[in-house]
Amino acid sequence: MVEYVQYIETLIWVLIKIFLILIPLILGVAYLMYAERKVVGYMQCRIGPNRVGIWGLLQPIADVIKLLCKEIIIPSVSSRYLFIIAPVLTIAPALAAWAVIPFSPHLVLANINAGLLYLFAMSSLGVYGILVAGWASNSKYAFLGAMRSAAQTISYEIAMGFAFVGVLMASGSLNLQDIVLRQQGGIWHWFWLPLLPLFLVYWISGVAETNRAPFDVAEGESEIVAGFHVEYSGITFAIFFLAEYANMILVSTIAALLFLGGWLSPFEGIPVLGHLFAWVPGIAWLLLKTCCFLFLYLWMRATFPRYRYDQIMRLGWKILIPVTLVWLTVLGLAIEFHLKPWFG
Amino acid sequence: MTEIRNYTVNFGPQHPAAHGVLRLVLELDGEVIQKADPHVGLLHRATEKLAESKPYNQSIGYMDRLDYVSMMCNEHAYVLAMEKLLGIKPPIRAQYIRVMYDEITRILNHLLWLGAYGLDLGAMTVFLYTFRERETLVDCYEAVSGSRMHATYYRPGGVYRDLPLQMPKYQESRWHNKNDIAKLNENREGTLLDFIWDFTEDFPQRIAEYETLLTENRIWKQRTVGIGVVSPERALQLGFSGPMLRSSGVAWDLRKKQPYEVYDKLDFDIPIGTNGDCYDRYLVRVEEMRQSNRIIRQCVEWLKANPGSVMLDDHKVTPPSRVNMKNDMESLIHHFKLFTEGFCIPEGEAYSVVEHPKGEFGIYLISDGANKPYRVKIRAAGFPHLAALDEMSRGHMIADVVAILSSQDIVFGEIDR
Repeated sequence: MVEYVQYIETLIWVLIKIFLILIPLILGVAYLMYAERKVVGYMQCRIGPNRVGIWGLLQPIADVIKLLCKEIIIPSVSSRYLFIIAPVLTIAPALAAWAVIPFSPHLVLANINAGLLYLFAMSSLGVYGILVAGWASNSKYAFLGAMRSAAQTISYEIAMGFAFVGVLMASGSLNLQDIVLRQQGGIWHWFWLPLLPLFLVYWISGVAETNRAPFDVAEGESEIVAGFHVEYSGITFAIFFLAEYANMILVSTIAALLFLGGWLSPFEGIPVLGHLFAWVPGIAWLLLKTCCFLFLYLWMRATFPRYRYDQIMRLGWKILIPVTLVWLTVLGLAIEFHLKPWFG
Repeated sequence: MTEIRNYTVNFGPQHPAAHGVLRLVLELDGEVIQKADPHVGLLHRATEKLAESKPYNQSIGYMDRLDYVSMMCNEHAYVLAMEKLLGIKPPIRAQYIRVMYDEITRILNHLLWLGAYGLDLGAMTVFLYTFRERETLVDCYEAVSGSRMHATYYRPGGVYRDLPLQMPKYQESRWHNKNDIAKLNENREGTLLDFIWDFTEDFPQRIAEYETLLTENRIWKQRTVGIGVVSPERALQLGFSGPMLRSSGVAWDLRKKQPYEVYDKLDFDIPIGTNGDCYDRYLVRVEEMRQSNRIIRQCVEWLKANPGSVMLDDHKVTPPSRVNMKNDMESLIHHFKLFTEGFCIPEGEAYSVVEHPKGEFGIYLISDGANKPYRVKIRAAGFPHLAALDEMSRGHMIADVVAILSSQDIVFGEIDR
C-alpha cells in the first residue's frame, strides 16, 4: 500500500514538472511566432502585427483560437489515420526532448547519463511525422516535400552527429549537466572556441534540421507550395507549426548548452564584472543565450534566399561532414596532448 | 516488371510562383524536369477584339491593362501607332514627358520584377524594399493622371496634361501627428519634377541596398548562375527581346537602334550580359534601373528649363481646353465630336514598337478609315519568352523552373491579352 502511495506521489510530481516545462515552452512558441513577425517586419520596413492587444501582443493567442475553430479537412484520397497521426508524431519528439534539458545546476526533469544521445534520437524522430504527413496526404506536392525532407534530415543528422561526437570527446560525458559543468571557467573555456568548426556545423545542421530558411526546401512555398503540410488545415496545421517552433527553441537551447556554457555566466572569472553579475540566476543566462540563437534564426530568414534541394545535399555531404571529420582528428590530438587551457 | 513512368505535376494556375495564372504541366524524373508545358489563356480578355469595337482613343485604357506592371509603355506603343497613321508628332515637351514616364515605368516594372524574383528564390526582404521605392513612383503616376496604375496618360498628339506644379500632400490623421506629416511631406513641397529629382538622387543608393542583399550572396549565385542559359544565336531564333536578349549578349535596344521620341538626344548605356543565365538577367535589369535613373534625370533637367505645350493644337484629334469649350462654339463642337464618335484615322496600316521593360512591345494597327480600328494586333514581349520556357528548363530542377520563369519577367495580362 505504501508503495502505491509512493508511486502515485512520484507520478504526480513528474506530471507537475512536465507541466512546468511545457506551459512556458508553449507560451514561448507562441511568442516566438510573434517575435518573428515583429523582428522580420522591422527588418523589412514594416511594423508587424499591432492590432490585437497593445503592440499586437495578443496576436498569437488570436491566431491559435482562429486555427482551433477551423475545420480539419481530410482529403478524401488520403490515408485517414496516418494523416491524423502525422502531426502528433511531429510534435511528440519536439516536446519530449525537453525532458533532459538542464535549465540550471539543479533544474532538470531527467538527469540521465545518455542525455545527448536521447536528444539526438528525439530530433531524428521528428522527421517521421513529416514523412508520414507527406505520404498520407496523397498529394504530389506534399510527397515531394516529404522526400526532400527525408533526404535532407538524413544527411544533416550525420553532420550533427559528428558535432555531438566532438562535444562528447571534449567533455568526456553524454550527460548534459556534466557537459555544461565541464565548460566552467569563463567565456574562453566554453566549447565554442576549441570546437569552433563543430559549433558552426552544428548550427547550420540545426537550421537545416528544423527546416528553416535558407534550408526550408521541405516547405519551399514558391516551389512546392507548402510541401508536406500543404493538405493540412486548422489545428493539425497549427501543430506542425508548433512543432517547428518548438524545435527551433530546442536547437537553440542545445546550442547554448553544448557550446556556450548553458547556464554559466559569461563574466565568470573576470574580476569586477564577475561579482557584479553573480546574483543573476543561471536560467537567465541560458534564456539569453537561447534568445540570441533564436534571433539568428529570424535574421537568417529575413536575409538569405533559399537553397536548392540538391545544393543542400552537396553542402551537407561535401562540406559539413568533411569539416567535422577533420576537426574530430584535430580534437583527438588536442586531447591526447592535453592542449591547455581546455584539455589540460 | 512494373513500368516506370515520369511524375506529372500540375504547376498552377493557383501556385505562388505562377506569376498570375500560368498553368504549367511539368513532367518530372525525380525532381528533374523532362518537359515543361505552359498552358496560357486563363487571363484572355479579348483586348484586340475589344479595341475593334471602340473609337481609337477609348482603347488607350485597355492598353494599360495588358502588362499591368508597365502601364504607360503599353499606351506608348498604341499612341505611337495612331500618331503614325495620323501623321502627327506631339510637341517636344510631351515627348520628353513620355520618355521620362517610360523610364519611370521601366523602374516600376523592374522593381516589381526584382522583388518577385527575390521572393521566388526565398529572399523575401527584397520584395518589401522594392515596394518602398515603388510607392514613390506610383505617386508620380498619381500626380499626373490621378491613378496609381492604369493611367491613360498618353494621348494621340501629346499627353493628357502638363506636369502639376504641386504634389499632393499627406494630411494629419489619427495615426500620423504633425511631425510625422512634416517628415512625410518633406519631398512634396516643390513641383512634381522636384519630387522626381529627389527620388533620382536617392535611388542609386537604394539599388546598392538590393545589391548588397543579392549580388554577391553565395546562395543567390548558386541559385541563378548557369541556370536557364540561352546562347545569343538561340535567343535571336526564339524571338527574344529586351533584357532577355541583352543578357545573352546581343546589344539590341530599340531606344538606340530605332530611336523614337527623344531617345536620340539622351545619354545612356545599354547593359548586356555574357552568359545568358538567370544571374545575367538579374544583373542586366539592375543596371537598366540605373540607366533609367540617368535618363529620368536628364529629362527632369530639360523639362525644368523648357516649359511649353504638351498637346497638339489640332482639335480634330486632341480635345480643346475646357475654358474654350464653354465660350467657343467651334470648341464645343470639337469636344462633342471627339467624345462621342472620336476621330477617324486615314486608311492604312502601321506597326509601331517601343522598348518596353520586358522587351519589344508592338502594336500593329490597320485602319479602314473609320473611327474604330479594323484590326489591332499586339506583339507581347513576354509571349516568345514564355514559349522558350520548356527549352530553358529541361534538365533543371523544380526550384530552377521557378527561377527561370521568374527571370523571364512574365506578366499574364500581356501574354494572354
